[in-house]
Amino acid sequence: MTRKSIHIIGGGVAGLGLAWRLAQAGRRAIVFDKGAIGRSASWAAAGMLAAVIEAEPGEDALIPFVLESQSMWPEFAKELQAYTGLDVGYRETGTLFVAAERDDEGLLKQRFDFLKARSLPVEWLERSELRKREPYFSPRVTHGFYSAGDHQVDNRALVDALHAACKKAGVELHANADVSEIKISNGQATHIVINDGIIAVENLVLAAGAWSGSIKGVPLEALPPVFPMKGQLVAMQMDVYQPLLKHVVWTPQIYMVPRSDGRLIVGATLEDKGFDASLTAGGILHLLRKTWEALPGMEELPLLETWAGFRPTSRDDAPILGESAIKNLSFMTGQHRHGILMTPLLAAAMSEYIIKGKLPEIAAPFTMQRFK
Amino acid sequence: MNDNLKIADKSFSSRLLIGSSMYPNQQVMLDSITASGAEIVTVAIRRINLQGQHLSVQQLLTQRNLTLLPNTAGCYTAEDAVFTAELAREALQTNWVKLEIIGDRETLLPDAVELIRAAETLVKKGFVVLPYCSDDPVACQRLVDAGCAAVMPLGSPIGSGQGILNLYNLDIIRARISLPIILDAGLGTASDAAIAMEHGCDGILLNTAIAKSNNPVLMASAMRHGMIAGREAYLAGRIAKKTHAEASSPVGGIATKTNKS
Repeated sequence: MTRKSIHIIGGGVAGLGLAWRLAQAGRRAIVFDKGAIGRSASWAAAGMLAAVIEAEPGEDALIPFVLESQSMWPEFAKELQAYTGLDVGYRETGTLFVAAERDDEGLLKQRFDFLKARSLPVEWLERSELRKREPYFSPRVTHGFYSAGDHQVDNRALVDALHAACKKAGVELHANADVSEIKISNGQATHIVINDGIIAVENLVLAAGAWSGSIKGVPLEALPPVFPMKGQLVAMQMDVYQPLLKHVVWTPQIYMVPRSDGRLIVGATLEDKGFDASLTAGGILHLLRKTWEALPGMEELPLLETWAGFRPTSRDDAPILGESAIKNLSFMTGQHRHGILMTPLLAAAMSEYIIKGKLPEIAAPFTMQRFK
Repeated sequence: MNDNLKIADKSFSSRLLIGSSMYPNQQVMLDSITASGAEIVTVAIRRINLQGQHLSVQQLLTQRNLTLLPNTAGCYTAEDAVFTAELAREALQTNWVKLEIIGDRETLLPDAVELIRAAETLVKKGFVVLPYCSDDPVACQRLVDAGCAAVMPLGSPIGSGQGILNLYNLDIIRARISLPIILDAGLGTASDAAIAMEHGCDGILLNTAIAKSNNPVLMASAMRHGMIAGREAYLAGRIAKKTHAEASSPVGGIATKTNKS
């Protein structure tokens, strides 16, 4: 049992994080990604570590989990950098939530009261204070609040660093290896079908992001309830020495994430459109218009990139971890919009699950059991 | 008491209709629908994924024996709405449609002219048409004349939560139209639901007020109770309003101190 190899379907930050931890513990970890390593949701994300500001109604069970992962980030970033020599761009900028039009003020107040009622650390800011912190805000930005503990990481640098860490630790990485089916016999996963080949598996982890809910071979009722929630994003280039924005900023419609290299990432639409990855004029118009309303100086910025990705969204927006109805298949999916934030805790919890056979207390509520 | 909502040839035990957008997540949506008691759920045909695969919204809802009512949200012309309704009929296997044609982007108010044109066409094509319309008694009458199965006047603009802004119009619509009236759009809290029903609406359609509440499931339950309270009050009949008080204890026969002789 102890020397069994672990096959991981999905080379995003979840699969890579787990593989790295398993390799560090002396296990043989093998990762398959259908494309280049970490180029799906992990690459498309904006890298916000927003445990507080993204807390939503009906999702109170998730709050302790995301706060715990948030608290692990400084140490995790340091460890990864020390191990690989690569900087993951962890920045303690804090996050502002602002109203950029009159109708937003009511929404802002409702949001603030909602977070306060959960004793989450947010601080109301008056207009003068807002302008001091972000002098390029439109005069229409009248009120806001500050979340001092919600920071950011450069998720693409994180993919590269985890990739390097896995290589260094001896993880076997297979890019362009599309796992199209899991072969199951007597309630046990026996093989996986990859491209045109087939290989035997002993211990299998499904960390395939938005694709986790539709993998072939697993009976419908045993599949995790995960579906793709499309998001479109756009990036602009700010002046590195005089950036238009310093904090991560949310309005009720969009978020804006300023990177240390001057990139300003704006996201994201929320679209239930299956795996249709097309960018739409309306999606990009929405992002640019809402950016412009809060930050009119963006008119002058060069456009760098537009892209779309698929959040691995579970039925209740919370992750699905650990056991499945198939004995040797475990789940590591359903991160929805929190995949980057959850990376340190998911890697720790799932490696503990694989090695000790039990999820730690904090991850215990997030199994398939809750959908029964 | 059998007090079903009857629209066209169908009968429903709940008078609350609910929308399926903007909830924090699918589980909250499903729990809110259950708490509301609704049997009819509207889906925006242009915003949902019509591939109907495993775990899609439409599959989750039909599994729970809910009636899906497709709407034409996002349409600005009659042609556009007719096309969308036909798409919905094909995808969801229903000839019912909540007809929604917007005439102004800022207020999202309905376009009466396009609405009447589209209603006439859709009725000819065999649809059961439920038009989202302004609280204008004349427009409502024209929609009835066009062959709609009900009218769905707004309380106030979509998502505004302002409640019912023109009860005077609503009362005229009720007095003149015998088809079902479903108050649609603008309700903000449970008392708004009660007021709509007290004024004789046959049903209410809610979405934002529930989905965007800090506790959607609890608000769904509150709306259900508000709706029921208003309906029962309407059926019971309110007392007339008076200028002066009328003591609720009888004045005659009050015991007084008498002198023993």
